[in-house]
Amino acid sequence: MGRKITIEPVTRVEGHGKVTIQLDDAGNVAQSRLHIVEFRGFERFVQGRPYWEAPVLVQRLCGICPVSHHLAAAKALDVIVGAGTGDGLTPVGEKMRRLMHYGQMFQSHALHFFHLASPDLLFGADGDPAIRNVIGVALEHKDLAVQGVMMRKFGQEIIRATAGKKIHGTGGIPGGINKNLSIAERDEFLKGADPLNIDKMIEWSQAAVDFFKGYHAQNKDYIDNFSVFPSSHLSLVRKDGAMDFYHGVIRCIDADGNKLLDDIDYQDYYKHIGEEVKSWSYMKFPYLRKLGMENGWYTVGPLARCNTADFIPTPLAQKEFEIFKAYTKGKPNHMSMHMHWARLIELLHSAEVIKDLLNDPDLQKDNLVVKGTKQKEGVGLLEAPRGTLFHHYRINDNDQIEMANLIVSTTNNNEPMNRGVNFVAKDIFTGKKEITEGMMNRVEMVIRAYDPCLSCATHALGQMPLELTLVDSNGKTIDQIRK
Amino acid sequence: MSDIKITIDGKECTAKSGQTIVEAAKANGIYIPVLCHFDGLKPAGTCRICTVKVGGRFMAGCTTPVAEGMRIDNMTPEIEDMRKQIIEMLFVEGNHMCPVCEKSGNCELQALAYRYKMMVPRFPFLWPKREVVANTPKLYLDKNRCVQCLRCVREIITTDGKNVFAVKERGGKTTINMDEKLAAGLSDDMAMRAMDICPVGCIIRKEVGYKVPIGQRKFDSKPIGSEIEGR
Repeated sequence: MGRKITIEPVTRVEGHGKVTIQLDDAGNVAQSRLHIVEFRGFERFVQGRPYWEAPVLVQRLCGICPVSHHLAAAKALDVIVGAGTGDGLTPVGEKMRRLMHYGQMFQSHALHFFHLASPDLLFGADGDPAIRNVIGVALEHKDLAVQGVMMRKFGQEIIRATAGKKIHGTGGIPGGINKNLSIAERDEFLKGADPLNIDKMIEWSQAAVDFFKGYHAQNKDYIDNFSVFPSSHLSLVRKDGAMDFYHGVIRCIDADGNKLLDDIDYQDYYKHIGEEVKSWSYMKFPYLRKLGMENGWYTVGPLARCNTADFIPTPLAQKEFEIFKAYTKGKPNHMSMHMHWARLIELLHSAEVIKDLLNDPDLQKDNLVVKGTKQKEGVGLLEAPRGTLFHHYRINDNDQIEMANLIVSTTNNNEPMNRGVNFVAKDIFTGKKEITEGMMNRVEMVIRAYDPCLSCATHALGQMPLELTLVDSNGKTIDQIRK
Repeated sequence: MSDIKITIDGKECTAKSGQTIVEAAKANGIYIPVLCHFDGLKPAGTCRICTVKVGGRFMAGCTTPVAEGMRIDNMTPEIEDMRKQIIEMLFVEGNHMCPVCEKSGNCELQALAYRYKMMVPRFPFLWPKREVVANTPKLYLDKNRCVQCLRCVREIITTDGKNVFAVKERGGKTTINMDEKLAAGLSDDMAMRAMDICPVGCIIRKEVGYKVPIGQRKFDSKPIGSEIEGR
């Protein structure tokens, strides 16, 4: 008798989604899907709005990493106002944006690891769900919980100083930025009372990487074998191959590390990347045109960035990067749980970049905006916390947006997340008659590893039920668990 | 103009004959909220946010001249709630998306909503279908945000005396229209003036949006009216 298992909603991720797993008569997984059940529609309702409104309007997609959308839109509009493709701004314009972006990477990565992912590591996949959450972390691992909160606060304050507000600011404008960083603002971050200063943030970031490595050493089988499957990886990298979250060229490698795309100007992204629509999800499925819809899927995000980049241009993160790369002997890393490792290396890198930027006197300069010959079309890409983010706009003669195309980071990870769910589902549900809470949590854990942002909604701890239903092939409910 | 004596909420004030109630209150450090009124423009009395009570009757403070011995009620709970209702009605009658509007922080309607602690309107949103006019080089007219204050109609006039903005239709169908040819010929200063005089985000000077950072906008640090009350 076939069974259908539904997990809805998926918890401790940003936004709302559900998983369905179809088992055949023999108890084998016949099909599994991650459904994104929200519709946002920004690409449509931005049409007709004045182009300079886009960075402020489209960032409302999200309350977790709105800076990514804000800056990706601003980068696209840089092209439209004739200011070049991301590196054509004045030094203060580009560096203020970088500071804003790396501040966001820092806070988002801290949020994910400490608040969303750490409960699974600290209490185990089968841990009591009553304490396997951020409150449990706060009660039993107070130091770690406090670090998570304070690191997020530090990143948010960086955003406030550069964008004007911690969430949904206005700093990035077409061709530049609307403010510089005052000496007083700078010194708050450089010399602030412990723990809210950049040196403490670097120290804590290093400690977070060390924590993961220690956990990994004691749980190698679990961390190395949980949802492992080959994938291509795509990200921006700096022209010289360095990791760069704000600007660069597109690079994509296959599962063995061979370059499928390299040194691609992102203004031409649509020549290389297509998008497929499927009837059961509001999320599109991007793919590499040269490999087609079936085989052209790829992964983005921290693991992808650590796989595509040749090096990290800050010393502490580079040292960790070398250890990370050595673990797979320089080959691409396909272990889903290693996304947490990669994310923490990026956390450390972000803190180091923030310190370098804070010490840069360019941030106090006044030439904030550059403009040139206006264009009708522009593309802006950057590496958001969850991966490569694409914004593409075309305007009409009246300065109104007439076309917008957004490929959001999590959209790129649609196929890999579905494959990850399928991998875990096959591993743990095949032939099993009884469903346990831990089995359900493992399915969520593989999704959680990608840190997906399914929309701007946040997880409402304790209020959103996780419901799993067993249905026979006639549609009759034979078992149901809620937590 | 001779001095006359009035009271506002029981406080004795000195005013000049010929002043309106709003002008006299302002001169005495008392704030009466205004939206359609703008210093230097002939009063229009369209928005009624300045409604006060004189001798038991409601009247518009921006159009009513003071008179000797006038006893004016301004900040009574009854009047303040009526003003709040007007603000709420203006919000539900248009399409005001403060989170993305470039006038946010400089918008007088938004500032009044903050002053009157409007959390959510008591009236249902009407979601009207409004026109956007973008086919002029300097100005962008978003009628979703218009409150029909007529400031632009009164102020934005070409050097040869022609109105750039005018009222069309009446009652609930009233809209403000822009003469696109005249608007195209406005000087940069006059185009900027059109944006600045608009109390909301209806008239937008193209390509200048969001240049003033959050924290430095008009109402970021001080609520509307505090510039008068703080005197």
